[in-house]
Amino acid sequence: MEKRYISKEGLSRWFKALLAGGKRVYAPVRNNDKVDFKPVRSLDEVADDYVQTTQSAKSTVFPRAEVLFSYQKENGITTLNDFDPATVPETVVWKIHPCDAVGFIPLSQIFNEGYEDILYKTHLEKTTLVSFSCSHADSFCFCTSVQGGPGETTGSDIQLTSLPDGGALVEILTPKGEALVQLSAESFEAPKEDEDKAQYLADVPIYFQLDEIRNKLKDAFNSDIWKKQSERCLGCGACAFVCPTCACFDIQENPKGSQGQRIRCWDSCGFSLFTQHTSGHNPRAVQSQRWRQRILHKFSYMPDRINIFGCTGCGRCSRACPVDMNIREHLTSLVK
Amino acid sequence: MNKIAEKAVALLQEGHTLVLGYEEGDRAPRPFFCRQAEEAQHLVLDERCTANLAVYLTKPELMGKGRVAVFAITSSLRAIAQLTAENQLQLENLTILTLTAEQEIKTFATLEEIRSYLSEVPYELSDTEKALDEKLSAMTREERWKYWINEFSRCIKCYACRAACPMCYCTRCITEVNRPQWISPWPSPLPNMEWQINRVMHLVGRCIGCGACGRACPVGIPVDYLSKKMLQDLSEEFGYVPGQAMQDGNALSTFKPDDKENFIH
Amino acid sequence: MDENSEFEPNIVAFVCNWCTYAGADLTGTSRLKYATNVKIVRFPCTGRIDFMLLLKAFAGGADGIIVSGCHPNDCHYTSGNFHARRRWMALHNLLELVGIDVRRVRYSWVSAAEGAKWADLVNSTVADIRRFGPYTEYQNVAKQLEMEDSHE
Repeated sequence: MEKRYISKEGLSRWFKALLAGGKRVYAPVRNNDKVDFKPVRSLDEVADDYVQTTQSAKSTVFPRAEVLFSYQKENGITTLNDFDPATVPETVVWKIHPCDAVGFIPLSQIFNEGYEDILYKTHLEKTTLVSFSCSHADSFCFCTSVQGGPGETTGSDIQLTSLPDGGALVEILTPKGEALVQLSAESFEAPKEDEDKAQYLADVPIYFQLDEIRNKLKDAFNSDIWKKQSERCLGCGACAFVCPTCACFDIQENPKGSQGQRIRCWDSCGFSLFTQHTSGHNPRAVQSQRWRQRILHKFSYMPDRINIFGCTGCGRCSRACPVDMNIREHLTSLVK
Repeated sequence: MNKIAEKAVALLQEGHTLVLGYEEGDRAPRPFFCRQAEEAQHLVLDERCTANLAVYLTKPELMGKGRVAVFAITSSLRAIAQLTAENQLQLENLTILTLTAEQEIKTFATLEEIRSYLSEVPYELSDTEKALDEKLSAMTREERWKYWINEFSRCIKCYACRAACPMCYCTRCITEVNRPQWISPWPSPLPNMEWQINRVMHLVGRCIGCGACGRACPVGIPVDYLSKKMLQDLSEEFGYVPGQAMQDGNALSTFKPDDKENFIH
Repeated sequence: MDENSEFEPNIVAFVCNWCTYAGADLTGTSRLKYATNVKIVRFPCTGRIDFMLLLKAFAGGADGIIVSGCHPNDCHYTSGNFHARRRWMALHNLLELVGIDVRRVRYSWVSAAEGAKWADLVNSTVADIRRFGPYTEYQNVAKQLEMEDSHE
């Protein structure tokens, strides 16, 4: 890992260089009271003065709707057009938080478990993550309770820590990060030895111990707590869709006469139809079963199966929930 | 304990199996299912309570078999009146309470009492809603199209709007029909707009204007505006007032021989 | 304006079997000539026409839509057209709200005896749509899959 310093002017120059290289740059953009990732053309469009974006940046590697392949039928002959990796643009995700960058790791585990997902792999290879450490947090954040933190660098290619002078401390973490730096190498200066990143980080209290949760969950399948916690849950897909690590998807057809596409799109285990069988039987027919599944999947099944937790403590699910289903609160009450 | 909590304890002691109300949440009060007297102390009821609790009244797995009491705000009362007119609620098993403007707890014995109470509370748009209406009404058709397509390009099809709406109680929603696939399962600007058009049309003459859909939207699309505007525009034609549920049937299941014809060639 | 004179509008007509379809048939048997741009979809009654079908027609490439049935009080199923009329009142209002070009949707009552009216309706609709031009604004969005396209 290499440390550098970049000034405010340097940042502006580097940003222009990123765009000039033809890359698609995603950054947080404000829309009234919500901030979300959108393609941007200049540093001015990037939002500041917010704690967290509404959605994660996972759509850069796992799009909301993605064409797996398309087909045409003509005179009895069917032509298949497979996914073309060349159509995926080089992408930079600018100013994600450490909790989001870390989220790409469980996503990658899921999409490589047993079968290497070529679409995900292509997207990931062409994406560079530039994270900014967090100087602010709110009561929904709990990254420090799930092995993360406001300055966590795992998962990022580069991490910046904003300084009062408008510049930033730079940590170059991967070869991809280095390649991005080289686009405007002169913008980067020698590291500031007297600056300590830690003093610029937000204070995120630890609310629970992860291994306590995991132990508790081992015997919790038949507990009453699921019903109690999930009564107000409306069964929408907001939490799963804004989550940086939720990867469940549906596969659908988009036929238009003699041509069509097969599309992969996001799905949520919170929907009542998620486990509906064609027979009509639904093993998770009530919301409490679906809520239990969500917690167990992230905090029990994933660590058991693929050695990684499915939650980065970003708090988005709780912020997005229309009825305040607060995952941190529920986890804490589990171990009380 | 505040008087809401005291009333809840009394209701539970009288034999109610559930008192549905609100408790403090992170940003605003949130729905709370009070089933034991010890929990009643969490109950609150004031102007910060905006979630429409009526959405839970049509879920049998939550309501159970016993008597249920619900602390209803005005929009929930309107929803209860409409749901009763649509035969979705058994009022005999429900105890409906509200907090009046004078901070008194009022219990409703019949649907008529609810309707008469509601007739004193006119349905009005808030200032932000009026401002949005002015902004959109001043636009040309092309500008309005661009505005809505841009808004709907942000929709992620989480269906929070549907989930939060007390009137969306269909056990098999049109989104779940795939022969034919009316509503696209994946998010895309035009299909997202089609979904909202469908949702608003299915709510014509039924929407009670609570705004739960707009508040629920995680990406902040003003989906409640469309339904509320329809409510305003069509209230005269269809004689529909939110909460004063029409006894002979909803707006789209009834008709008048002299309905407006001025757009038909 | 010259391109528009080469443009042949694509019109979809949703009609009821007992009145408008029969009326259109009469137009033919009376040897009245009218524009050939219309694709007729036959329903038992206008009450059966789902508003979603109109949206699907636009998404599928229609530049204009005709919806027509029996006159009020003449419905073969007594009240189907009354319900349809209510639905159209609501839909018309909503389409206008979201900025869809409602000039391209024409509602009418054409009875089984009104062969001439059908011909006029189609001809005037086609002429109007020819003036308005193709509904590319809608069709372009219909082709988009990704959110990003609409941001550019």
